[in-house]
Amino acid sequence: MSEAASPSDDGTVPPVASPVARLRGAVCVLGGFPALAGVDLDLHAGEVAWLRGPNGAGKTTLLRLLAGLGTVRQGSAEVLGADLTRVADRRWLRRRVGLLAHATFLYDDLTVEENIRFWADLHRSDPGDVDSAMARFGLDGRLRTVPVRGLSAGQRRRTSLAVLVARRPLLWLLDEPHAGLDAEGRAMVDRLITDATGAGATVIVASHDADHMPALAPRVLDVAGGVVRDAPAPGAES
Amino acid sequence: MNRLVADAWRIARKDLAIERSSRVVGSQILPFGIVMLLLFAFGVDPELQVRGGERSILAEIAPGLFWITVLLALLLVSGRSFAVESDDGSLDALLVSGVHPGSILAGKTLVVAIQLALLEVVVGAGSMLLFGVRVDDPLHLLVVMLSTTVALAGAGTLLLAVVAGYSGRDTLGPLLVLPSMAPVLIGATAASGAALYGTGSDGAAWTWALVAFALLYGAAGIVSAGALLEDV
Repeated sequence: MSEAASPSDDGTVPPVASPVARLRGAVCVLGGFPALAGVDLDLHAGEVAWLRGPNGAGKTTLLRLLAGLGTVRQGSAEVLGADLTRVADRRWLRRRVGLLAHATFLYDDLTVEENIRFWADLHRSDPGDVDSAMARFGLDGRLRTVPVRGLSAGQRRRTSLAVLVARRPLLWLLDEPHAGLDAEGRAMVDRLITDATGAGATVIVASHDADHMPALAPRVLDVAGGVVRDAPAPGAES
Repeated sequence: MNRLVADAWRIARKDLAIERSSRVVGSQILPFGIVMLLLFAFGVDPELQVRGGERSILAEIAPGLFWITVLLALLLVSGRSFAVESDDGSLDALLVSGVHPGSILAGKTLVVAIQLALLEVVVGAGSMLLFGVRVDDPLHLLVVMLSTTVALAGAGTLLLAVVAGYSGRDTLGPLLVLPSMAPVLIGATAASGAALYGTGSDGAAWTWALVAFALLYGAAGIVSAGALLEDV
């Protein structure tokens, strides 16, 4: 894979292969159990898709697969043009996606700023992007020098989101992004998703928040038993 | 290659910052080394002389006691190195950042080696004070300590990476590391004895073997890191 396709200075993302993700009969096995049992899925640039389904349905596994962290045992899977059956392609892909998981991926003994700068530095992000990401989530004041172990759950979540924003990924994979956030934080996440898709990125959100998500995601994907199906758009269900 | 080295250095700097903030080395690892020295001093009669009263038995067996202490500390230091990554899923995040797994192991090996070297300075000084150890050939000893430290850090990081994803890693790690390190322990003890007292005819051969161990384990970590840390 080439090193092309990096975000431009104005925050927009360059054109990416369409569809952004294309899975055909993709099977992903975890601990001998098919967590994804033949997924067919197309995701397009600028799209927001809501993954919904019961616990254990395969939502997190699908997000990890799209992030290049899983192995496709059968079928085919391409994300941003990377063939997920190839190790080198998965490594290339990982630099271009942003994954927000249940874990916050933060180091308790480092300060908020040290955490954000470490992850941004690894991703070769612009230092200016780090400052603006911290400001966006209200982390540029007193919280900047606070060790992460001293943060509340919501503040940790905001720090994780700031890491993601500083990276400017082409594909955002968000697992319960509103969890643990107050009303202001939830509104920040909503604006973040809107801004990301406005800049041309694609956003997939796994969430149990049936009250909040319909207004945010025009496309709904039902996940059950390791299989993904398009559901009627939120407005069309009633 | 440049990216691999640069990322390894970034990870090492991050781990050093974590250690600086948590102060685990100063408050737990170094005291562990001192406690081990005291236990050895209590457990072995310091008045007992060997080699016709030339030195105490503690001074005679000091090289072995020294490297056993370092080997046990390796379990603590390497285990902690991966614990900070698994506490909040950061290992996944490192991989999603596109960092080559070899950089992760190389960066962690460097920081583990630095911590072991600090411990060796303290335990070495303590051995001289408590056991009456003297050094015949300081340069030889330095080469032995450097190569053994790199070999232990490389192997410890590599082997604990193997078990990092298992729930029983705290007990499985020592079971894997301790027997695997027997050749390094034997070589380091023999080569250190030669550097301290000029004893043994094969000190130089063991020293070269330790250098080979250091290169082997360092290279093995970088080459096999992908298979150990990623789903391949």
